[in-house]
Amino acid sequence: MSRLRLFIPLLMFVVLALFLMRGLQLDPREMPSALIDEPLPEFQLGQLGTDKIVQRGDVIGKVTLFNVWATWCVSCRMEHPYLQKLADEGVPIVGINYKDETFAAMKWLRDLGNPYRLNVEDLEGTLGLDMGVFGAPETYLVDAQGIIRYRHVGVINERIWSGLLSPLYQDLISKSGTP
Amino acid sequence: MRTALLRDTCIVVAVYLLAVSVSHAVIETYQFSNTELEQRYKSLSAELRCPKCQNQNIADSDAPIAQDLRKLLYKQLEGGASDEEILEYMVSRYGEFVRYKPRYSGPTMILWLMPGLLISGAVIILLVVLKGNKRKAQSISSEEQVQLDALFSPTDSSTKDTPSGENTP
Repeated sequence: MSRLRLFIPLLMFVVLALFLMRGLQLDPREMPSALIDEPLPEFQLGQLGTDKIVQRGDVIGKVTLFNVWATWCVSCRMEHPYLQKLADEGVPIVGINYKDETFAAMKWLRDLGNPYRLNVEDLEGTLGLDMGVFGAPETYLVDAQGIIRYRHVGVINERIWSGLLSPLYQDLISKSGTP
Repeated sequence: MRTALLRDTCIVVAVYLLAVSVSHAVIETYQFSNTELEQRYKSLSAELRCPKCQNQNIADSDAPIAQDLRKLLYKQLEGGASDEEILEYMVSRYGEFVRYKPRYSGPTMILWLMPGLLISGAVIILLVVLKGNKRKAQSISSEEQVQLDALFSPTDSSTKDTPSGENTP
């Protein structure tokens, strides 16, 4: 018995090591949004490239991706072709042009293509603040009732879409009944 | 694998680009209408954690989001909001992550209780070990004690320790 007690330190070390190993695999940047299952915040902002005002009511009604992007965001450029691919497949994407310059943003869309149904121009980052955005790119999955169901921080690519977002997206569509 | 490397490289480059662009306007100064507000600004910006950074409060961080939050904090303080209201506003958007002293509730309970639990656990283990040592020390004092006394008493040892006597012819 007293022999076995000699193994207690080793046991404690193993438990500690397991916790630390788990910690190494976790991504500390991955943070759950505080707004999951909360309604998309109200806003009244300009629509990029027009002199129209967009409100919350104009962008909800369908299961939609809200993509936070900016021309100063390097990863957004990497993400762009994949967003275009999704848009071509019929996934509705609303852009939130976050703390950007209008001219640069419009040039971006002209040069690289425009995967967005429309772009909300969040010059001051006020909508971003209400949505808990802390960088770009970020993508929110919002259901047909305008409730935020998921937030992905970082680039969307094939792996993220087919492994994570697409199942959620399809699930929300089948729940809402409208494509 | 390659895309992951590429992504990481891009993140690093982005961080450098951002760092360069903000380094010109590092920490902005705000004029407060009274010193009490300034004190509260200092303590709140030290307690609020920058959501983008891993472990920096918004007072120390150069990240654009930290600048935005400082500006917001300033506006809210000048607007007459209480500390509670400001923290509530931040937490409703960024979650408990944004506070270095999270509210005592649900999942954050483990953070508050763990130090106490660990210390009391350590004290309990210490007490058990000490008691075990004491009992071990006492357990000798039965028949073993007699033997021990026998070993130490000079008369007994003289009779016992006479192997040489047997050798005498």
